[in-house]
Amino acid sequence: MDVLMASRLQFAAAAIFHFLFVPLTLGLSFLTAIFQTLWLKTGDEDYKRAARFWGKLFLINFGLGVVTGITLEFQFGTNWRFYSEYVGDVFGSLLAIEATLAFFLESTFIAVWWFGWNRISPKINTLAIWLTAIASNISALWILIANGWMQHPVGYVLRNGRAELESFTAVLTNSFAWWEFLHTVPAAYVLSGFFVLGVSAWHILRKNELSLFKKSFRVAAIWTVVFSLYLIVEGHIHGAEVADKQPTKLAAMESLWEQERGAGWVLLAIPDEEGERNSLEIIRIPKVLSLLAFHDPEAEVKGLKAWPKEERPPVALTFFSFRIMVALGMLFGLLSLLAFIKRHNPEDSPGLLRILIWNIPLPYIAAQAGWIVAEVGRQPWIVYGLMKTKDAVSPLSSVQIGLSFPAFIIVYGILGIICFWLMAYHARKGPEPVETVTSTLEAKLS
Amino acid sequence: MEMNVFQVIWYILWGVLWAVYFTLDGFDLGGGSLLYILGKDEKERRTIYQSLGPFWDGNEVWLITAGGATFAAFPKAYAVMFSALYSALLLLLFSLIIRGVAIEYRNKYDSLTWRKAWDFLFFLGSLLPALLLGVAFANIFKGVAIDQNGIFRETLFHLLNPYGLLGGLLFVFCFATHGAIWVAFKTSDPLAKRAGNIAKRLWVVTLILVILFWAYSFSATKLWQNYINNPILFVFPALAVVCYLAVPALLQKKAYFKAWVASALTIVSFTAWGIAGLFPNILPSSIDPAYSLTLMNSSSSELTLKIMTIVAIIFVPIVLAYTFWAYKTFSYKVTEKDIAY
Repeated sequence: MDVLMASRLQFAAAAIFHFLFVPLTLGLSFLTAIFQTLWLKTGDEDYKRAARFWGKLFLINFGLGVVTGITLEFQFGTNWRFYSEYVGDVFGSLLAIEATLAFFLESTFIAVWWFGWNRISPKINTLAIWLTAIASNISALWILIANGWMQHPVGYVLRNGRAELESFTAVLTNSFAWWEFLHTVPAAYVLSGFFVLGVSAWHILRKNELSLFKKSFRVAAIWTVVFSLYLIVEGHIHGAEVADKQPTKLAAMESLWEQERGAGWVLLAIPDEEGERNSLEIIRIPKVLSLLAFHDPEAEVKGLKAWPKEERPPVALTFFSFRIMVALGMLFGLLSLLAFIKRHNPEDSPGLLRILIWNIPLPYIAAQAGWIVAEVGRQPWIVYGLMKTKDAVSPLSSVQIGLSFPAFIIVYGILGIICFWLMAYHARKGPEPVETVTSTLEAKLS
Repeated sequence: MEMNVFQVIWYILWGVLWAVYFTLDGFDLGGGSLLYILGKDEKERRTIYQSLGPFWDGNEVWLITAGGATFAAFPKAYAVMFSALYSALLLLLFSLIIRGVAIEYRNKYDSLTWRKAWDFLFFLGSLLPALLLGVAFANIFKGVAIDQNGIFRETLFHLLNPYGLLGGLLFVFCFATHGAIWVAFKTSDPLAKRAGNIAKRLWVVTLILVILFWAYSFSATKLWQNYINNPILFVFPALAVVCYLAVPALLQKKAYFKAWVASALTIVSFTAWGIAGLFPNILPSSIDPAYSLTLMNSSSSELTLKIMTIVAIIFVPIVLAYTFWAYKTFSYKVTEKDIAY
């Protein structure tokens, strides 16, 4: 394997692994804050214990999210040296601002929340968890502005042999970045909502802490249905944005080879990248792709053949990832609607509860599939239309990358297994007994 | 090439970020490296974790910010430095990752084997970063073998030269002293007393290492050149010496917090010594000074530096304010109640 491919795989592994923990951080922080606020407003002990229970799962997940994030920031320099040199003037400041605005706030107040449980007033403590939630979402905004720039670079000028910032406002108001934010963050909320629904369903089925978990279920059901349905609408607009700004990605997402007026939409296909065609197509609806992408059934859609082979992204991976994401998105709309309808007595629908337990991993798959569409679909560009990935890689030796890539897989693999095992252990164990929450639990170590 | 005022501002801020990072993460890395020496039983080890628990994460953000600021203000230096120090840097990251997980997970499952395993990883993950940071910065002071294209011409093993290793040892002992003082401040006797005594002994070793490092820097680096040209800069090493000499007296009086502040100021002044000596280089080349990366030839555009300056002026005071508040909130001595399981 060459240094370029190994660097790409290493970055993909690091990013995928990091994003196993990010979505739950973004959403569960808010849900924990909501439970704790409900306790503060109603004085209901169930909400207090729920905040502590979900907060503990949040913390276990958060730990790995934080430490794997450090690697990502440093990997731009270690593995993508020429990228860092070429676009650092625009891209670097976004990462630095993210750290200054978000990471300090997040890391300080998560500690204040957990360690300050019986040291500071409940009001300040609740404020601390809200600040943690807001900070993690601010961090998402800045990193997505940075990624949005890689997807659709704006506000720069080529000068001194590199891309230099020309308009910071243009970078901040990049529509592509905002659509990414409006897609990724609610998707994280959906994942977190289904996580709470799934874990609650497990306990409700066992009649364990019924009152507490029914309340958790109700809050999560409302939360999840809002964002699941929103995402179906947003996803459509988002797709149109991709069609407009990244035609090669759209063609790969739809495995469309020929330029077509009134292009049809296929449900499933097996792309044949060598033969530049689909070797199999299942269900093709005429004109629908033109309609979806450009809101005009007669619109012209460029096919992959419009670009030379070396400028096309990997088709099959992009195509199938997109299909998986969309199909799961539809399923989530349906499931969240059912959960919403049954939110007052979920214990009467054991079938739904069982599905919700098995559903817990699916939003993770959808989220990863979405990122594969975004990042693999952008290839061969590291910055769309501006810089190719192959020109960005660091001049490393094959020994260096040959050691670091397996090290990533081993260390991350082991840590990932431990984290998910520990989450499952605490999720099954359920909340601490009432007396513990009010005395010793509050003082426990993190 | 002319240098502009924003480049100089960001060079100074770059130094400040590293200084704050060493000062803050220094105590929790140092405390972790002393886990076995200070913590004689489970209760004491828990107390040590608890004394570092609310702080380590925020402290590490200063590393992320120092890295981010390097990327933003001096992208070429970031690109060359991070790819040249590839193996050392990834080793540092793996250590910090495993260590962070150790702190978070150690007490989330009740098993002796579980705790013992995380204790060991926490110890190792605290010791190694101190060593690696010391080796890395000593090599940056000395210059690394980068050619005219910024390609690193040596390997990780060349970084483990005598001067680099001396830098590594210095960081290990300096952080350990700093951490022992923190533990003494945050805990009660007998742990506090033991930490105070160990701090005094580590202090002697660190002092010897600093003297050796400064002496060796005359031959191994060009750092003292700036001092000979601008004697006013001697205020930094002088300040480091004065603060450091205050530490044992304050420890003797059991004024642990003041001793920690003196130790912190020493680390800040010592970092200032290194960065002022390095100026205007960020990564000197040991092959030819013409290949060195400086604040002039590796910085971002003036517009980017201006925007970053505005962001820093607005947000750094806010960050410092709530960080200070959080430290104050958690300045209590760790009690039995805090470590109940």
